[in-house]
Amino acid sequence: MGRAKLPRKSTNIDMTAMCDVAFLLLSFFILATKQKPPEAIAVVAPTSVSSKAAPEKSILITLTKEGKCFLLLGDETKKQEVLEDINTTKGLGLSPQEITKLTKLGFIGMPLGQIKSILALDPFPSADKLAGIPIQDSANNEMVDWIRSITNAYAGGDQKELEEKMLIKGDNLAKYPAFKNIKFALKKNNIFKFRIVTNSETVPPGSELYLKNREILEKK
Amino acid sequence: MAEMDTSSGGGHKKGPGVKKSKKMSTRVDLTPMVDLGFLLITFFVFTTTMSKPTAMNMNEPKDDPDQQLKVKQSGAMTILLGRDDQVYYYMGQLTAEDASQQFKSTNFKDIRQVILDKKKATPIGDLMYIIKSDKEATFKNAIDILDEMAISDVPPGHYAEVDMSETEEKLISMTEQANGIK
Repeated sequence: MGRAKLPRKSTNIDMTAMCDVAFLLLSFFILATKQKPPEAIAVVAPTSVSSKAAPEKSILITLTKEGKCFLLLGDETKKQEVLEDINTTKGLGLSPQEITKLTKLGFIGMPLGQIKSILALDPFPSADKLAGIPIQDSANNEMVDWIRSITNAYAGGDQKELEEKMLIKGDNLAKYPAFKNIKFALKKNNIFKFRIVTNSETVPPGSELYLKNREILEKK
Repeated sequence: MAEMDTSSGGGHKKGPGVKKSKKMSTRVDLTPMVDLGFLLITFFVFTTTMSKPTAMNMNEPKDDPDQQLKVKQSGAMTILLGRDDQVYYYMGQLTAEDASQQFKSTNFKDIRQVILDKKKATPIGDLMYIIKSDKEATFKNAIDILDEMAISDVPPGHYAEVDMSETEEKLISMTEQANGIK
């Protein structure tokens, strides 16, 4: 029996084009990703359904799981002012060079009385070796002084602007009293609105908020 | 002058007995490279979207003794946060006689339904959730309960954080002992 011969076609596909696309996309994503600054203080933030993005250039109060408190001033232009203000109001006796050194640090996390001696250390201790800003009780809450200097530096500006920048980031395992003391420090300086840094989480289906969001979507 | 024959076969010689050099294909199989490319893309796509932090708004009331909020007993629900992710709650006001009956313990999973039931059963004007956290409660608990308020769409101003009273502390430690929570 004679069989009709089918022309054999190669199953090979030219992959060059696909490879080009893949690497083009890859390079795009690598370049578009903003490099996250290396976090000196490790904190696992809780989740919330809030969908607002956290602002940049913020004043960030970080609370670690051991209950240590750190202050990160994100706005370079105001950093100097804040430090000079606390230097004069609390009589720390820091020289201009020491203040410049302090502005170059990523975070502030030591009692006011120890700033001078810790700045002299070389190499500078890492975050886990520092004691943090004392916030233990309302009588000895140095965060109050820091926030006061911050409000002084931002005085004349928009109060709302400051409120938008004021962030608290806490570790899941941090104890509640530490958080309460930070809130106390903010309230003492007439800051009643601030924000909590969280990781986003999806709204549980069927909940009130879920239904409300869907209603708004349907109206559009 | 001496000449070296560097060509190993091939060349121009043609004829019987001379092997023809095989022409190698310059094509390379790019499939694994494409695989790798897409794998890396997926990795970058996932890591970029996941590390985006969000911010939750907080409004603290002014500590003004003249402006103490009057809360209707019928519309009030007090939520207490204890150690080990435990949640306790009671409706209205605790009375000395049957405090242990009013006082109920639950967890973060079930509190949502309780909050929702209370919201549906109460006219919105009277509704008030009072949140109190124990010393042993964590930051996560405090944020989670505020998040529950957002999830159940409780309007702002209808929930507030208040300090815990001594009787409540006692009730919590009693319940913890009974339930064996350390």
